Amino acid sequence: MSFFKELTKGIIKENPTFVIVLGMCPTLATTTSVKNAIGMGIAATFVLICSNIMISLIKNITPDKIRIPVYVVVIAAFVSVVDMAMAAYLPDLHKSLGLFIPLIVVNCIILGRAEAFANKNNVLNSMADGIGMGLGFTLSLSVVATIRELLGNGTWLDMRILPQSYNPMLIAILAPGAFFTLGFLMAAINMLKEKR
Amino acid sequence: MGFFGQLFVMAVSAIFIQNFVLAKFLGLCPYLGVSKKLDSAFGMGMAVIFVMTVASAFTFLIDKYLLVANGLEYLRTLAFILTIAALVQFVEMVIQKNAPALYKSLGVYLPLITTNCAVLGVAILNVTPLPDGSTYNFLWATLNGFLSGVGFTFVLLAMAGIRERLELVDMPKSMRGFASGLILAGTMALAFYGFMGLKI
Repeated sequence: MSFFKELTKGIIKENPTFVIVLGMCPTLATTTSVKNAIGMGIAATFVLICSNIMISLIKNITPDKIRIPVYVVVIAAFVSVVDMAMAAYLPDLHKSLGLFIPLIVVNCIILGRAEAFANKNNVLNSMADGIGMGLGFTLSLSVVATIRELLGNGTWLDMRILPQSYNPMLIAILAPGAFFTLGFLMAAINMLKEKR
Repeated sequence: MGFFGQLFVMAVSAIFIQNFVLAKFLGLCPYLGVSKKLDSAFGMGMAVIFVMTVASAFTFLIDKYLLVANGLEYLRTLAFILTIAALVQFVEMVIQKNAPALYKSLGVYLPLITTNCAVLGVAILNVTPLPDGSTYNFLWATLNGFLSGVGFTFVLLAMAGIRERLELVDMPKSMRGFASGLILAGTMALAFYGFMGLKI
């Protein structure tokens, strides 16, 4: 029962981007298109699941004082795996995400879950937590990217949605558009929370 | 172009045109988190400038003489993050001993410089070939770290200055906190977009 609870909480109730407000950099930088957002989400989810499992496995043999460096090493190892695998099999996506693949190491969501969850829970629940948080992260990236790609390019996942006559609002895919989109989304979510 | 000419170009580019926070989206957590008060923003900025400069120098040397020399480039991410973590630990100890008041006001954000993507970002950018295929040497890599840190601190201070006044504004409850911070950042990014037109 608790497996499913851990799995689903990351998607809405404790959504890492909108509720816990972590991992802002990739949320803003890689959401210029839905394709990039999903690529980033999947890469981060993979690292999150693997590092949660690993950290949960070694939590009893890790000395408390050096646990943060240990987490960082574990996370960095999995990020290198993703980095190399992506460069080999998805070179285009790797190129457009660029710097933000190695920067998954410093994504606060992953270190945050390691410290707040995997460090205290068993392997199965940690895995569920990793999957849930990863899905929540991917989902919120996709939401931001959907708005930006639709407004800025008239497309969704490279498919044309708005008619050709639509004059693209270029600012949505430029840097300021990222801040505005996320800012208004957060205000909307706050408003919904207040109503309830 | 002489040394100072090049330095000027790099400074304008790092602070205004390709600002780390507003154009490259690096270091957003401290930018939104520590920008509520001007003096803690100043302390945070100084710590980031220091860590970015020293980290640029160290990671450049480690990359050149340890990783590339031995064909171990795939360990770059791991080696860089460990170097940065060690450096931040050191800075934390120094500040705790010499400036306890500053240490108290920076609170949780000081250890978080380790996970500030601006620091790891500049370290990786320094060893990545530039668009024209050339790479930085040691001096320029260190200067790039320093100037990028200055650019970060510049917008952090501007943001903190605006937010201190924004505290007094009567705005809808749902806009308070992160939402208004992000929209403010967007407005600043829009203003900084004007610098893209600079031809230097």
